[in-house]
Amino acid sequence: MELLKRKEDWKITYTHALGEVASWFYVQLRDNAKIYGRRCAKSGRVLVPPRAFSDQTLEPTTDWVEVGPGGKIEAFTIVYEPFENLPEPPYAFGYVQLDGADTAIGGFFKGVDLKDPHKAAEILKVGTRVTAKFADKRVGDVLDFWFELD
Amino acid sequence: MGYPRVGIIGVGQSNFKPKRDDASYPDLVREAVNIALGHSKLEFDDIEAIVYSLAPDAMVGIGNAERLGVDAVGGRSKRFLRINTGGATGISSVAAAYYHVAAGACDVVMTAGADKVGECGDSQTVLNKIWDPTYERQLPLGTITMLAMSAIRYAQKYGLTEEDMARVVVKSRKHAALNPHAHLRKEVTIDDVLASRYISYPIKLMDCCPQSCGGGAMILASEKYIKDNKLDAVWITGVGHCSETYYLGDRMGNDPVADHADSYALNLSFKKAYAMAGVTNPRKEVDVAELYNPFSNTDYHAIEAAGFTGLGKSVPELKEGVYSLGGEVVVNPSGGVLCTNAIAVTGMVRVIELATQLFGMAGERQVKGAKRGIASANGGDHQFFGTMVVEA
Repeated sequence: MELLKRKEDWKITYTHALGEVASWFYVQLRDNAKIYGRRCAKSGRVLVPPRAFSDQTLEPTTDWVEVGPGGKIEAFTIVYEPFENLPEPPYAFGYVQLDGADTAIGGFFKGVDLKDPHKAAEILKVGTRVTAKFADKRVGDVLDFWFELD
Repeated sequence: MGYPRVGIIGVGQSNFKPKRDDASYPDLVREAVNIALGHSKLEFDDIEAIVYSLAPDAMVGIGNAERLGVDAVGGRSKRFLRINTGGATGISSVAAAYYHVAAGACDVVMTAGADKVGECGDSQTVLNKIWDPTYERQLPLGTITMLAMSAIRYAQKYGLTEEDMARVVVKSRKHAALNPHAHLRKEVTIDDVLASRYISYPIKLMDCCPQSCGGGAMILASEKYIKDNKLDAVWITGVGHCSETYYLGDRMGNDPVADHADSYALNLSFKKAYAMAGVTNPRKEVDVAELYNPFSNTDYHAIEAAGFTGLGKSVPELKEGVYSLGGEVVVNPSGGVLCTNAIAVTGMVRVIELATQLFGMAGERQVKGAKRGIASANGGDHQFFGTMVVEA
């Protein structure tokens, strides 16, 4: 028998409030090109990206600590496949532990030739030193910065 | 032991496929329910409660699709509960059904669901939305990229080559070829896998699970009900759950509690299930395992988290055939998630497959003489873990 189908497209708009901690973080990033973490007084750990409480000690974080712009790669991947609503491949992104932070924050790796996956992976291997670079026009978003190899 | 025994008396699953144009979403649920009811020899009216297994709504493209599914499970005038823990949804649903019976609230409970991932235009678009809109969603995070980074950390910590990853695919497909319910059943070679295109380095196309359509259903009952009605059963003897914190970046850096290379909370979950079932040496005491492995590299994490071997030690053992059909501990004789992934029921299918093995109904993929099995599933960003011990 003839089997029929119906096509649907969900287009839903949200306006997400970021809250006090992320707002402060993004204002510093936007206005001063600086990255900050939040320190947990109980463990002393500096959490980046910053949040209002520690997910391990469960205590509120207490103070802002400037971190980076240098750091080291903790994880990466290189995407070669296009996905709808995601960037055009190839691109590399991953996580970097910024100097002064105890945890890692996500971002794109730029300035690496990604044509040969194995060569690119060798360049981006865990432990490699990088520096955060900032966009000239910053809007207060995590994409205002990215990482480049030292 | 102090734990009430809960029996599995009926299981049903579809033959999973990329598309099912002959069946609407509730039709697929009903298909699995009919098989499970037939296996249990019970009728709809014998079921007291429904635990409905349904992962992110956007995957099936129906908001709160449990509304639509309620009729397919015969839910009118009954207790009804929807469960969603992402990829772990199916095993969480079995656990919730177990708790209904173990708590003495019900004698007979059904858990069921279905997924039509193949109808979703791009599941990675949906899965990108599981990241927070504040700090992380702007990045192209998805389940593939997240687990590719896990493979990178595992490789750095213990050593893992793309050939080692390909070997998992070869093993899984070989098993799936024997499983009529599996989606990807064509055998492949290491060279085939290595020649497939990169999706998210080091994960290639053949290292990835498919997007499957199909349903799953199980019927659980109390020991008293099973004895009074002289039913056949296999028994859930251990149930574990454990969650990991949200931030991926906290699983790296200075002294992480849980390294993203490993599956720390999955191991804790297994320890809880083993303690409940009295398992002290899983390598010796477990005959068959159905472990959640949506990408080839995750087979290794799961084998290690299950306590079959030490961290970083599973790679050479898998190469030797320890975890293949005919080996010492058979892992994923169904072909696993790598060959079939209908997300809403994938975790349930792990337990269905175990029960099928323990009932001795697994046909060509049967692990001979299997008496005790374990199952696991992972949800979210390697975050919510469910585990189970099932015995004949």
